[in-house]
Amino acid sequence: MTTDIRVPTLGESVTEATIGQWFKKVGDAVSADEPLVELETDKVTIEVPAPSSGVLSEIRVQTGDTVEVGAILASIAEGKAGNGTKVKAALKAEAKPAKTEVKPALKVVEKPASGAVQPVPPSVRRIAAENAIDLSGIAGTGKEGRITKGDAMAALTARAVQAPAAKTPAAPRPVAEREERVRMSRLRQTIAARLKEAQATAAMLTTFNEVDMTEVIGTRAKYKDLFEKKHGVKLGFMGLFVKACIAALKEIPSVNAEIDGTDIIYKNHYDIGVAVGIDKGLVVPVVRDADLKSLAEIEKEIGALGQRARSGDLKIEDLQGGTFTISNGGVYGSLMSTPILNAPQSGILGMHKIQERPIALKGAVVVRPMMYVALSYDHRLVDGKEAVTFLVRVKECLEAPERMLLDI
Amino acid sequence: MAKTYDLIVIGGGPGGYNCAIRAAQLGLRVACVEKRGALGGTCLNVGCIPSKALLHSSELYEEARNGIAKMGIIVESVKLDLKAMMAHKEESVDALTKGIRFLFKKHKIDEIIGAAAFTAKNKLTVKLNAGGAEEFEAKSFVIATGSEPVGVPGVPIDEKLVVSSTGALALAKVPEHLLVVGAGYIGLEMGSVWRRLGSKVTVVEFLDRITPGLDGEVAKTFERVLKKQGLQFKLGMKVTGVKKNGKGAEVTIEPAKGGAAETIACDVVLMSIGRRAFTDGLGLDKAGVKLDNRGRVVTDEHYATNIAGIYAIGDVREGPMLAHKAEDEAVACAENIAGRAGHVNYGVIPAVVYTYPEVATVGATEEELKAAGTAYKVGKFPFTANARAKVNATTDGFVKILADAATDRVLGVHMIGPDAGNMIGEAAIAMEFGASSEDIARTCHAHPTLTEAIRQAAMAVDGWTMQA
Repeated sequence: MTTDIRVPTLGESVTEATIGQWFKKVGDAVSADEPLVELETDKVTIEVPAPSSGVLSEIRVQTGDTVEVGAILASIAEGKAGNGTKVKAALKAEAKPAKTEVKPALKVVEKPASGAVQPVPPSVRRIAAENAIDLSGIAGTGKEGRITKGDAMAALTARAVQAPAAKTPAAPRPVAEREERVRMSRLRQTIAARLKEAQATAAMLTTFNEVDMTEVIGTRAKYKDLFEKKHGVKLGFMGLFVKACIAALKEIPSVNAEIDGTDIIYKNHYDIGVAVGIDKGLVVPVVRDADLKSLAEIEKEIGALGQRARSGDLKIEDLQGGTFTISNGGVYGSLMSTPILNAPQSGILGMHKIQERPIALKGAVVVRPMMYVALSYDHRLVDGKEAVTFLVRVKECLEAPERMLLDI
Repeated sequence: MAKTYDLIVIGGGPGGYNCAIRAAQLGLRVACVEKRGALGGTCLNVGCIPSKALLHSSELYEEARNGIAKMGIIVESVKLDLKAMMAHKEESVDALTKGIRFLFKKHKIDEIIGAAAFTAKNKLTVKLNAGGAEEFEAKSFVIATGSEPVGVPGVPIDEKLVVSSTGALALAKVPEHLLVVGAGYIGLEMGSVWRRLGSKVTVVEFLDRITPGLDGEVAKTFERVLKKQGLQFKLGMKVTGVKKNGKGAEVTIEPAKGGAAETIACDVVLMSIGRRAFTDGLGLDKAGVKLDNRGRVVTDEHYATNIAGIYAIGDVREGPMLAHKAEDEAVACAENIAGRAGHVNYGVIPAVVYTYPEVATVGATEEELKAAGTAYKVGKFPFTANARAKVNATTDGFVKILADAATDRVLGVHMIGPDAGNMIGEAAIAMEFGASSEDIARTCHAHPTLTEAIRQAAMAVDGWTMQA
């Protein structure tokens, strides 16, 4: 008598399975409940056991085949294993009688979520128990993905950092007299989140210098009419600052770089964000490949971007992918400020108000149009020396604009 | 026509024979060339194994003479039969080298007895010990020719009056005064053997400390214990000359920093100042294999030399000259050649000095952590407070565990004490699996054993040592 072994019911919405490994081959003796073959489905791996003892007389499907629920996998003949002839004899003898079907009992092996389950060292068991940490959420850094004490402690620290943040959305405070509650605009929320993210990520600090604007103002006065006539755009200071920054960025590449994990990405393109104040807040459209553009082209583009910003026509692409930012607080009268980085960039230049001030020059006190400039930078990848050199180079280029022409 | 193989390993030491076996296990047709006539290399023939035989025998001898009376065992008229002691050593070595020959047969590895020399990138000629020469070709070669002792310039090693470790393992009689040059592990082990057997032993060391590279605190304790046993140290001194006289040698030493010279009369001088990679007569120039400025074969992290198909492992390349380092590289190299991913974790290679007490170490020393600017915590436990050490009357030494201050991961374990060499295995396993000191502290250790000292030291890292 032979018994057919069929694909068992595999659970909800699973109609087919792939044949994994066969544990037995034709002619092998099998005992009841001994696993015969592995079935793999999307959800679980199942071992199909032998429904009764006997000899595996026939295998109908091979490893890799796809089978449907109810399909016949193999047959078991009664009797003992031996040489081929005996099995065949047994088969012949049992050709006639009706086949009985036995529904095999299932042994379900749950697929682990990710990789094999690793033993947990005692220190990790303690930390998990004392702090109610779910270890399944920790990626182990130890041998073969084991969780080390360091991993568990890092998870604990990470949770401590997250915990206060989770507390903040407490019940809204009732609005008192002479107060007004206004919902933050999406732009304001984004600005808030991005500024805070920059502060939380970068090791940010600011270095200052001052620029004697005499030369720039003189040049501008001399050529502004000609320039406007030829290019159809006003000669402003911003274009010259962009050019001065590019000269300095080429010299100090780390200011034009960003940190990505444990790597630094240096960018050999110069896409300069120019902060524009609008009634809703601050936006930073980007002048792409500013190093390849003429002063007039840059001025035109800044003008156009500013116009679009004010009319609310900026596209998302206009705001993305800058490598360095210039912010001008001077238009509002600021004398000095410490701009916050536009993450993930590692430098931002702050321009300020030009103010006539007495300065000492070659032993005499003279009055000059002066501007304080600030560079906030990510000290994780920009060294103090580089930041200061950058700012000095910007200053030199502006105090003697011909330097930019001569590339020195 | 030349005989061909998948792999020919040159050298039958711990690196070479293990590489041959692993490669054969992975299905390669392998031959191993060894000129000594016995397998096992320096380690088995004139290094680790015979020295351990003498260390153990001499320790028993000393115990019988001095140690066990206080435990109520009186042994009268203890006598030394040096010949028998040496015979036992040789028997053990002989049995073990034959064991490797058996392993070669089992894995169908051809042993070629002779000296190999490359004639081209893929060809060897072997000058057979039995006479004549034979040509061989292979897809891959592993150079595992090991190292040899170096001497002091102008002081040739004759293995009689001025001996290397090889000669020091086979002295015909116990020297009255043995002068050891170099306070590394070989000098201190051989110095200990002959001191136990009755020699006066003076150790001259160029540096102002013994066992350079060992954790400083351990080295200091080690020096104190060895002095207490009767070893004499001349630290910060260099040997400038050895003069033969009628019955021994006059050794001139002077302070390394300059100063007045002094002479020491002795019967035998042991040169143990270091070893150098051995590639003489190998024809590496014919194959085009590059050496570094210290004569070591240059390899990448997969043990491949600059010539495709030629690899090098063990003492002949960079890294600590340790048998077990060579064995690990042997396995990794064979696996790489067979297309697998062999790897050696150089951060977790233990090292042991087999004196009494033993010194064992794995991972970073306190000095290394300081130099690297790593924040660490220290846990220590003395064997005087360990019950098993107390009843065995072997209480010299301590266990020291260094762990990362932030993650508690064990960064180094250093011990001086009884059976430290066997106990360091526990530390190596812990470190290989990235264990924290707390993991060791919370692992059950059998009582009463010496290993409890490791657990207590691990507890000490977090300040909860319970038994001291």
